[in-house]
Amino acid sequence: MEVKKSNPGNTKRFSGLRHFFSGIPASGWLLAAFAAVLLEFYVGDPLTEILGLPKIPALFGIVIILKKPHLIPGAFAYVGLIYLLPIIIVAKITAPATNWVSEKLDRMPLWFSAILHLVLLYFVLEIWTDISDYRLLMLKLTLIAIMITLSLNIINGYMGEFSCSHPGFIALGAYVASVFTVGLFVNDRLLGHALLPQALGQFLFPIGLILGGLVAAVGALIVAIPSFRTRGDYLAIISLAFMFIVKSLIENLEVVGGPRGLGGQPDWATLPTVFVWAVLCVWTINNFVESTMGKALNAVRDEESAADAMTVNTRKTKMIAFMFGAFWAGVGGGLFAHVLRYVNPGTFGIKKLAEVLAMVYFGGLNSVFGSIVGAVSFNLLSEALRPLEIFKWIIIPVLLILVMIYRPTGLIAFKHFNVKKILRPRPGSKERV
Amino acid sequence: MPLLQVKNMTHFFTGLRAVHNYNLEINPGEIRGLIGPNGAGKTTIFNLLTGVLRPTEGEITLEGTDIIGLRPHQIAARGIGRTFQNMKLWRHMTVLEHVKMAHYSQLSYGLTGAFFGTKKRVRQENEIEEHAHTLLALMDADQFADQKVLNLPYGVQRRVEMARALATRPKILFLDEPTVGMTPEELVGMMNVFRKIHNELGLAIFLIEHRMKVVMEFCQRVQTLVFGEVIAEGTPDEIQNDPRVIEAYLGKEEVA
Ligand SMILES: Nc1ncnc2c1ncn2[C@@H]1O[C@H](COP(=O)(O)OP(=O)(O)O)[C@@H](O)[C@H]1O
Ligand SMILES: [Mg+2]
Repeated sequence: MEVKKSNPGNTKRFSGLRHFFSGIPASGWLLAAFAAVLLEFYVGDPLTEILGLPKIPALFGIVIILKKPHLIPGAFAYVGLIYLLPIIIVAKITAPATNWVSEKLDRMPLWFSAILHLVLLYFVLEIWTDISDYRLLMLKLTLIAIMITLSLNIINGYMGEFSCSHPGFIALGAYVASVFTVGLFVNDRLLGHALLPQALGQFLFPIGLILGGLVAAVGALIVAIPSFRTRGDYLAIISLAFMFIVKSLIENLEVVGGPRGLGGQPDWATLPTVFVWAVLCVWTINNFVESTMGKALNAVRDEESAADAMTVNTRKTKMIAFMFGAFWAGVGGGLFAHVLRYVNPGTFGIKKLAEVLAMVYFGGLNSVFGSIVGAVSFNLLSEALRPLEIFKWIIIPVLLILVMIYRPTGLIAFKHFNVKKILRPRPGSKERV
Repeated sequence: MPLLQVKNMTHFFTGLRAVHNYNLEINPGEIRGLIGPNGAGKTTIFNLLTGVLRPTEGEITLEGTDIIGLRPHQIAARGIGRTFQNMKLWRHMTVLEHVKMAHYSQLSYGLTGAFFGTKKRVRQENEIEEHAHTLLALMDADQFADQKVLNLPYGVQRRVEMARALATRPKILFLDEPTVGMTPEELVGMMNVFRKIHNELGLAIFLIEHRMKVVMEFCQRVQTLVFGEVIAEGTPDEIQNDPRVIEAYLGKEEVA
């Protein structure tokens, strides 16, 4: 199907390494990561002092390496001692136990096993971000980026249309959710007195996010009706226009602050909140694209007339997918506004579009896994390369171009995201050793 | 009442008269042939009857109800299944996914099922998967179920396409040159498939076909189309010996 470049020499060289790790189930890796972040939590500070580092490396030492070359040995030692070695050792040692657990979980309902793994993952992230606010912010933004990337992948990947309206959907979600929370629960200069007590707001916050998503979905309907009526590449143009219209609409709306933006959102986009929404997003989208109803998108993309002849309601399929994608972009936007606790229309322009498109195409079309990888690696990369300043905007595009040349559909395209398979026990290597 | 009835159907492509005054009656279980040189308008007739094109004039009824103006997926769901001259398979999908997809109109789990994976969805997906395997087995293609369709030999692709069309649970099956470009072995396989569809499923078939051997064996009645007009209609024997048909085909296709 896709161009698969495999280098036999490489595979051989890494096969020993792969074999070494192949017997460790997902639960084992999570447990090992848990051990590593606990280790950092307790001995991170003393170790940084011993190694002569100014503070705990926030992003695995990458920033330090680029900024202060003389600290490279210390950074390497830190990452090795806190993450690499403990993770490998714990994962390997506990493998028989974690495999036993995964074996048991494998026979239980999938949702149960999935929730257990997610809870463990959540605690890993929670402890990891406890070290610094910077990590917390980074993580929240990355989780939101996953939502937004995935939601665009529905349209540009699974459906194979080229939509540029995502920044518009994100903006709609961000502003609707902000107006909801700031208007109802905060004494604001622009939106007036709080109408409801703050304490209630925490619980009503999801309603604000969903409202934002729904308004974005209505926006999608406005784009979709003229675009999908006829065949052709109208969507790219109409959706681009939509993005600019939303942006200038907000710029001219004084009640939400116009070009100066809207601030003062309550601090409700906590890590658990963002995490749960991101999980919901991945879960529903993966459900959708793995169903026959969702796969109809692929049929429409690959050969629309055949889809029609096989009883697929192609117009409805496209509409639903487009609105569904917009909904999640809107929810992501609402969270985004509440993580930063400030939004302005300038955020939702061409630059945002380039970023979202880059994450989708870098990670891989038609792939939930690809979108997760795309969003995470793009965010990590763009934070890690920040010290390079202007060069960052040379390196990232070059990387993108390389990916496009060697893997035109992205790193991990056209791959099923099979949760059962990811969580399965992997006792295979024990016998082979 | 005939299953499918067409009366005085005419179609113009901006100036070009592609089909003129076309009439047709197909009864349940009947196998009909449509032959004619390239560009005669055969595929256009299929497209008109399946809602891809809207006839300029004429009437089309399926089981007595007017189907003009319905969208292709609605007509397909009402019982006209079809294959395409150039197959139109979905390049990124597996064989099983193809056949499951054609059950689309039979699914009723809706958006809740699609987004949240309800019990109903799991049940329906399992049902159509089972049915898909049955059809693939009938088409002798079940061993390829998990393969990407593009990697398969041509003869298998044709059979997958046939299984896909059958999955819509048609009352009548339209086949557009299903044996074109086949090797003799592939042809034998395809003729077996026709026999199965007819004998085991009892479907009515409307067949566009160039090979007289196939037409002779299967069709009860045959129409010959030239420049959008039926110039002769009758049993395969009558058609084969009709001087107008021989003239129309002179130096063109392998009639004999
Ligand atoms: N969409 C279309 N627009 C304009 N002309 C068409 C279209 N489709 C087919 N035609 C023309 O109609 C005629 C009949 O085509 P077709 O039905 O494909 O013939 P056949 O299937 O018998 O070989 C041809 O002259 C073809 O060029
Ligand atoms: Mg044709």
